[in-house]
Amino acid sequence: MRRRTFLASTAATLFLAGCGAEDSGEPAAQSSPISGDENAAATLTFWAWAENIQRVVDLWNEKNPTQKVTLSGQAASDELIAKFLTAVKAGNAPDVLQVEYQSLPTLITNNALQDLTSAVAPVKSAFADGTWNLTSFGGATYAVPQDVGPMMLFYREDLFEKMGLEVPATWEEFGKLAETVRQKDPKRYLTTFSPGDAGWVAGFAQQAGANWWTNQDGAWQVSIDDPATKKVLSFWGELVKSGAVLGDPMYTPQWNSQMNDGTIIAWPSAVWGSGILAGVAPSSKGKWKMAPLPQWNAGEQLTGFWGGSSTAVAASSKQKAQAAKFARWMNTDPEALKVLIEIGLYPSATAGQTALDTAPEYMTSQPDYYESAAKIAAGARGFSSWGPNTNVTYGQFEDQLPTAVKNKADLAAVATQVQQASVADLKKQGYQVAG
Amino acid sequence: MSGKRTRAPYLMAAPALILFVVFILVPIGYAVWLSLHNMRVRGSGLGIRTEVFVGLENYLEAIQDSALYEAAQRMLAYGLVMVPATMGLALLFALLLDAPRVGGKRASRVTIFLPYAVPGVIASLLWGFIYLPAVSPIGAAFEAIGLDAPDFFGDVSIFFSVANIAVWGSVGFNMVVLYTQLRAIPKELYEAARLDGASEWRIALGVKVPLLRPALTMTSVFTLIGMLQVFSEPATLRPMTNTITQDWVPLMRIYQQAFIDNDIYLGAASSVLLAGATVLLSLGALGVFRARSTRSGR
Repeated sequence: MRRRTFLASTAATLFLAGCGAEDSGEPAAQSSPISGDENAAATLTFWAWAENIQRVVDLWNEKNPTQKVTLSGQAASDELIAKFLTAVKAGNAPDVLQVEYQSLPTLITNNALQDLTSAVAPVKSAFADGTWNLTSFGGATYAVPQDVGPMMLFYREDLFEKMGLEVPATWEEFGKLAETVRQKDPKRYLTTFSPGDAGWVAGFAQQAGANWWTNQDGAWQVSIDDPATKKVLSFWGELVKSGAVLGDPMYTPQWNSQMNDGTIIAWPSAVWGSGILAGVAPSSKGKWKMAPLPQWNAGEQLTGFWGGSSTAVAASSKQKAQAAKFARWMNTDPEALKVLIEIGLYPSATAGQTALDTAPEYMTSQPDYYESAAKIAAGARGFSSWGPNTNVTYGQFEDQLPTAVKNKADLAAVATQVQQASVADLKKQGYQVAG
Repeated sequence: MSGKRTRAPYLMAAPALILFVVFILVPIGYAVWLSLHNMRVRGSGLGIRTEVFVGLENYLEAIQDSALYEAAQRMLAYGLVMVPATMGLALLFALLLDAPRVGGKRASRVTIFLPYAVPGVIASLLWGFIYLPAVSPIGAAFEAIGLDAPDFFGDVSIFFSVANIAVWGSVGFNMVVLYTQLRAIPKELYEAARLDGASEWRIALGVKVPLLRPALTMTSVFTLIGMLQVFSEPATLRPMTNTITQDWVPLMRIYQQAFIDNDIYLGAASSVLLAGATVLLSLGALGVFRARSTRSGR
């Protein structure tokens, strides 16, 4: 989805799962391959929150009269997860649902998702490897990637020109530029480091080469305090400490006003950022441009992910084969992809990304918006896996980074604390942790 | 015949009783039950979570949770501002409204009461807008006259900023309770006092306030409980500032345990502890008020 991801309440889910988990003896055979004829007649229910997704459903229903899909516009993202788990316990879960990537582990460990490995294997090549990894855990694939948020840098082209600034190609240049902006105009800042957005920080860490979770032989290796993450956090910490960038949160009325009036002149965001800008900075339409995220090493073309969602099939579905077929079709069929683009999603499938030709209306100064985006997306890398307690890790970051920024403390030290808290939580829950 | 007569009261009370059981007792029982359980993972990799009985483990963890104590300290600092300000202003407004020769009573009463009708979350969003430096009209006014804009999100000022929202929202309710009780006081008492030469000020302090004691006790206990349960104001302001952490007050810490860390069981244990503290504090406060009124009654 073209919105920032909130992790906040994946938690309600566990509670709901807990209600009925008392007598669950052995885990159900969730990893069993899907049986049944995927072309058999079916009536599927689909829970999603993407705006106008009904259009894709209509297209499917037109082409598959015997396999009717009914869309139910339920709550968005996290709330949808809570609702879904309740429905699973109540026995009236939908067959197909939209899930944000980092929420997948919660659903998998609650035994609520169907392993789709065999059913979606034929379309694996339609996605970049980094994208495919977003929905694969321990060698099994649980969802088809729908839309992604490769990170990019948005900047005010008019102000950059007026102030004689160059678009930074590396983070080093970015840091120097931040100081230059302060010197040239004390009213303006290059950007703000919003400490309360763990998904954003995770994207930066991915770009720098971090790999927070790996699973080997059943044991989890957690490396949130790896050199890459510390490098990222130290970099931003120094900029905040010296006053070169702001340390205020994004998505506040103040931020909206600063993005609109040119107090903030650049925003490291994701491909869906143009949609946010259109909302918060309507009067600077056509003045923002998008460039690749600055690089750690000159000449590289890497980026991370921020946001995005996938299509999964419920373990409780009685029509899994047909549901998997729908999930596959929606995210890989050329006609379906075309509609996804029209409703404003940035498709995960490579074919979808190259099919984008008209730039978003807000980015009038950049007709080749999607062409550039596709090039940038090719260099996007995620973590090799999401951890089973990503919510705890995100919660820790969102709790500790704001305080560290306020106190102008060492941000890299936060990575160490989050690492310890995440590992302790894994162990407490009974996971095997390596190292 | 007699059977019918004894059954009637129960039938009458049944709706209230059923609601009480379903919406109060059962959830409390469920929270206690949850607080004695937790999730444990079986299998390798992501594994599968199952619920197990863990005895008092959650309580041990909750009692040793330093974040909960720090949250409690911040709550007390907030309460030091909020409780006296709410009670003081509510009493002041009630007495002013009750004083003779005060104009515009009805309009003032409605105006003071109105914020109570604004939900806490909405009020916090509105005040947050006023607090944020770049969009704050107050900051703009300060700058217009050449002063530095005040920092509403400072280490100390944050307690006043949060308390201000709660005070703004709750003074009206408390004022109405106090005012209603004031109207019930027989007018003869005032006449007697006036005949004795007492000023309005003297009447307010010497006659009205002592007679208000039951209402003051009730509103004070409510305000204290409001302090213990403070959540929506700081939780709504949190995304706007780095000063408010996710575990700023006890209920936010409990929310974090239950819905961010996915540990509803630990959250339930902390909730039970907080509920216990609330009961103790309320009884303590009632005890203090009662002791005082007995003493002055003699």
